[in-house]
Amino acid sequence: MRPPHTESAWQPTADMATLHARARLMTRVRAFFAERNVLEVETPVLGQGGSTDVHLASLSSLAHTAAGRQRLWLRTSPEFHMKRLLAAGSGPIYQLAKSFRDGEVGRRHNIEFTMLEWYRPGMGLAALMEETAALIRKLLPESVLPDGQTPLRCYAYRELFYDQLEIDPFSVPLVRLRRLAEERGSMPEGALDDEPRDTCLDLLMSFVIEPNLGWGDAEQGKAPGEKCQGKLVAVVDYPASQAALARRHVDAYGDEVASRFELYFQGVELANGYDELTDAAEQQARFEADNAERRELGFDEVDVDMRLVAALDHGLPEGSGVALGLDRVIQLALGKYTLAEVMAFATPAC
Amino acid sequence: MANHSTNEFKGGLKVMLDGDPCSIVSNELVKPGKGQAFNRVKLRNLMTGRVWERTFKSGDSLEGADVMELEMEYLYTDGDMWYFMQTDGSFEQYAVEKRALGDDEKWLKEQAPYTVTLWNDNAIQVTPPNFIELEVTQTDPGLKGDTAQGGSKPATLSSGAVVNVPLFINEGEVLKVDTRTGSYVSRA
Repeated sequence: MRPPHTESAWQPTADMATLHARARLMTRVRAFFAERNVLEVETPVLGQGGSTDVHLASLSSLAHTAAGRQRLWLRTSPEFHMKRLLAAGSGPIYQLAKSFRDGEVGRRHNIEFTMLEWYRPGMGLAALMEETAALIRKLLPESVLPDGQTPLRCYAYRELFYDQLEIDPFSVPLVRLRRLAEERGSMPEGALDDEPRDTCLDLLMSFVIEPNLGWGDAEQGKAPGEKCQGKLVAVVDYPASQAALARRHVDAYGDEVASRFELYFQGVELANGYDELTDAAEQQARFEADNAERRELGFDEVDVDMRLVAALDHGLPEGSGVALGLDRVIQLALGKYTLAEVMAFATPAC
Repeated sequence: MANHSTNEFKGGLKVMLDGDPCSIVSNELVKPGKGQAFNRVKLRNLMTGRVWERTFKSGDSLEGADVMELEMEYLYTDGDMWYFMQTDGSFEQYAVEKRALGDDEKWLKEQAPYTVTLWNDNAIQVTPPNFIELEVTQTDPGLKGDTAQGGSKPATLSSGAVVNVPLFINEGEVLKVDTRTGSYVSRA
């Protein structure tokens, strides 16, 4: 391994041409929202409450504030403060939000990353999905996404499991689901015996289905990151248990599903949109349930943002919101193999 | 040995898996939206050389393997074991079994430098230098004057390896050979 004091350790992880290209793409993002009269906002990176989400690890810091010495949390997404703005009557807003998720390290992950998040009061989920696709089409060059104007292909979660794994994710017995996830996920038999249904579904989604989503017809199977064509696809109607704070509705098969979508391109998840639940009591119950699960698993508890609960209690306008991993879009647009290559100083070269 | 958690898995880290020492080849984090994260890991089993793919829940850990790579020179064989000596001045000798040599037995040359991988102080793998110089012990006679034309012929080297060489090479010449591909590079 290279010692930290070698001569090149001070250098950026992205080259200058990439940083210029990145800046041009950021300009396009701002122009896209300016045209649509969506207001750019900046909300705190440090907050008095953090994300309680059991599988997101928040970073925190001890600070000396006017209120005394207190623990402040680095945001894992700008959601809470943006919802407080919406409740205060901001109207449609977007943010290029530096966010932090501890331990997320890899070719498509960096602990600190740029999340593009926006909220559309009064807009339905389908319209937001099309808007998200329209933005991504503006950012990906013709050489990567040639079908710029073709309609977004939309798959139901159930349909993908039928087609690729020949199971119905809503009704397959848990024992069979665990064995299938172990087999397809390169895990020894029994490794998932204590795991709930959603973990097994996540595993199959991530390892079997996702890698095949969003490729041009002839390109499937090529190594990701190679300069090659893809297409934009959406996945909708997730199981209700994966709703997080999305609304729920009943699908054509009579199952309750989550009103959310994810967009994929070349096997990579790019965006996650929700028809936002606006119920304060439900939000508070979710926070408490998350912290209870954290205690059970031996994870640190996270301070709850009671000001978000108060804002929801005051009233959040009906509408939808979406979070998009901007670094990943830039990575795909520029055909780079790692996220670090599109960041000036990726962790831990920071 | 210390335990290593999935976020410490980096290329080259030595860990124990199913009772065998392994070297991490690659590690990819897979994080479904809001769910449990996984690490998809490729490991080379150092006993068999095979590459395994395994998925771990993020935060799982594996026991570290007591694996060291030492520079040694090859001394001799008594037919059962092959003997190597450390070149760090300690002159410590290690006996290596045939299994650890595998196909690389054909690249052994006295006093040449090798990397010997030790697990719990037993040699489990011997890696020859990338390039080695060996004498041709047998090859068909060369064609006079044919120095630029294509075409090749087999030649047996002093270590027992057989490589394809250009037609102009003669017995007794010393050649530089790439041990990774088993191919002729040049006259030494």
